[in-house]
Amino acid sequence: MSAAPTAIAPSAQATRRGFLGLRLSRSVLDIILAVVAIFWLVPTIGLTIISLRPERFFQQSGWWTVLAAPAQLTFQNYTTLFSQGLVAGGVLDSLTTSLAITIPATLLVAIISTLAAYSLVFGRWRGRDAVFLAVVALLVVPVQVALIPVVQLYQAFGSVTGFNPFGTILGIIIFHVAFGLPFGIFLMRNFLIGIPTDLLEAGRIDGAGQWTLFQRVVLPLSLPAAMSLTIFQFIWVWNDLLVALVFLGSNVHHPLTIFLYSFTRTLAANYWIISTGAMISILIPLIVFFSLQRYFVQGVLAGAVK
Amino acid sequence: MRMAARSLGRGHPTLRAVGVSTPAGAPAATLKADATTGRPAGGGGRRDQLGSLLFLAPAAIWLLAITIYPVVVTFRNSVFDETATSYVGLHNYQVIFSDASILVTFRNNLIWVVIFPFVVTFLGLTFAVLTERIRWSTAFKTIIFMPIVFSATASALIWRTIFDLDPHIGMVNAAVQTASDWVNPPGLYPVDTSAGQTAAAFASTGLSPGASGALQSSSTAAAGDTVQLGLIGVNVGTLQVVGAQTAVPPSPSSGAISGLVYRDFSPSHPTDRGQLFPDTDGLPGMLLTLLRSDGSSAGTATTDQHGDFRFGNVGTGSYRVQLDARNFRSGFTGIFWLGGQSVTPTSHLSQTAQALLSVPLVDLAMIIAYLWMWAGFAMVVIGAGLTSLNRELLEAGRVDGATEAQIFRRITMPLLAPVLVVVLVTMIINVLKIFDVILNMAPGSSQGDASTLALAMFNEGFTGGIHSGLASAIAVILFLLVIPAMVANLRRIRG
Repeated sequence: MSAAPTAIAPSAQATRRGFLGLRLSRSVLDIILAVVAIFWLVPTIGLTIISLRPERFFQQSGWWTVLAAPAQLTFQNYTTLFSQGLVAGGVLDSLTTSLAITIPATLLVAIISTLAAYSLVFGRWRGRDAVFLAVVALLVVPVQVALIPVVQLYQAFGSVTGFNPFGTILGIIIFHVAFGLPFGIFLMRNFLIGIPTDLLEAGRIDGAGQWTLFQRVVLPLSLPAAMSLTIFQFIWVWNDLLVALVFLGSNVHHPLTIFLYSFTRTLAANYWIISTGAMISILIPLIVFFSLQRYFVQGVLAGAVK
Repeated sequence: MRMAARSLGRGHPTLRAVGVSTPAGAPAATLKADATTGRPAGGGGRRDQLGSLLFLAPAAIWLLAITIYPVVVTFRNSVFDETATSYVGLHNYQVIFSDASILVTFRNNLIWVVIFPFVVTFLGLTFAVLTERIRWSTAFKTIIFMPIVFSATASALIWRTIFDLDPHIGMVNAAVQTASDWVNPPGLYPVDTSAGQTAAAFASTGLSPGASGALQSSSTAAAGDTVQLGLIGVNVGTLQVVGAQTAVPPSPSSGAISGLVYRDFSPSHPTDRGQLFPDTDGLPGMLLTLLRSDGSSAGTATTDQHGDFRFGNVGTGSYRVQLDARNFRSGFTGIFWLGGQSVTPTSHLSQTAQALLSVPLVDLAMIIAYLWMWAGFAMVVIGAGLTSLNRELLEAGRVDGATEAQIFRRITMPLLAPVLVVVLVTMIINVLKIFDVILNMAPGSSQGDASTLALAMFNEGFTGGIHSGLASAIAVILFLLVIPAMVANLRRIRG
């Protein structure tokens, strides 16, 4: 008993010292991290302001001078771009093309991955572990190794059937789905494996078929994970430039990333278009990010291998 | 921000509930878990087996056709010519390892891999640890994490203006300019250093080059004299900035040297020099020093709006009027951050060695931009690892009297090591494939110096039609480079 106070005393002292030390350093920390946070915000704020300043100011003075002349801010660039309407290659056309690629590519990945994950977790066939490992191996395969053969495949398909998917939105969707699947299956499988088998066994005993079990039991339970996957895949496809350049580079209708890229050769003269287009292109991911951040973070954590 | 609080705040309760594989090594992600849950490894009815394989069929067909088969074809294509019709052996690989413009891409990939993953992991770890101690950690994490949802294209274009050469556009150069001008204020009449101009170019009438960039009167003057000094090559923009007014001839006064500094160019008499016309401007704000014959200073003066000046109380002897060098000091004109110039000294090396050993400045600028994009990812993943640490171990350390630093080094870091490895590996794979940032951020003049394997693959394969051979060989190399990461992932998943 006599040993107890001596054992406790140093730790209590350490805690107090640590606590005081923390309190002291906390205000310093607050300042340091506030500076970091401001630095991190500056590029986004800069882009926003550039997009809100009329074209002529861009090369005259830095965007930060607007703090002294807030009257410069207008929506002129946005109205100019939007008033072009759905002209091919314009910002609205690119926005719809981006959506036309991203929505199907995302939904297909979510559906097909969930089906495959169901089979990998609840299916009764040999070699499921081997197939899962193959999926894990595919996670890091660079798209570069598939681009040319898939283009050749599309052209061969075109010469046989008369429909060549190369240069079409369907063609790029098929490619995006293939490269979204490994991550989708990986994420969904790791989620489904947490569902107790008993839940399915009960249904099986009641004579429910596999489709019924999938639809009634597995699908409703897997919605949160499917949500993470959907958001992650959406942002992945939305932000892609490489695949779009290969498959839609010569198409007049292209996604927003190509729209932005196409002005880089004449950057200074067109920065008002680039900044405004970039704001439009990051708006949808930002909405997704702020409204469904929880799911997105989960997707990112699960995707720490991609 | 309400949602943010739930997701980026401490704990990640949903994460564990969802059973998503956390990099901290949630057991659900490993095959071991599969074995321990005691799921049937096979058996069941034939119909049942077929049924569950049907669920797998769409994914299997898709992956076989659009991923696995193409990988095989790429390997084949890499030893064929650019139309993929005739066999060329290892020719494409020989080209890759002998073409300087492709060898440069290996150097750049190496620069990225050596610098970026480690710096981003360090930043992520620092942020993750520090935010545990502040009250507004959710807001901080949200701000750092946000750029991850922007496309690399948009982010690269933002950073391209931040690093712009012109201080009127680029924020970094504007900051450097402010600092540089504060230390070394530019003169009212700056010379154009980019054109190799010196102050001597301004000397027109009664002036000759003086000491270290200054100008001085060609002839000497004594008390009671007047001096007229004409400068040429002062542009109209400068006149507006300094508010120049019509030159007024100086009037002599006893005991003083008075004079005029003027623009020796009259729009109405463009070829006449050394004369004052009604449209001749005086040059205001010129900083002057009266020099004794031994070169020491006998006083200073500044010209007024009409270009006039006056040195009073001048003693006997002969003097020269000096136009100080600081009048002509040029301001900071911008650093070309996005240029291909090397930050390592390589000029003494051979051309091949130069190509392989130089570190272009544009690479470092892009790495900074990429840190901005990915530090949030590292922070969130490492933060999730931190929250899932066994708090009892940390407590035990504290009870045993360990200092916070000891606890961090001896307990936290070893426990966190697997997460740090995951972040490192993920970031290495990521930068090996880096493409959009280079394409959008490096200007045309330095894109060749900044090019990477992924960009070279694209340029070789898809410029002016499809060219298979060389691009396929580059793709194969890229694939081989990610194999170690693939193996690491498989090891981890197998547990």
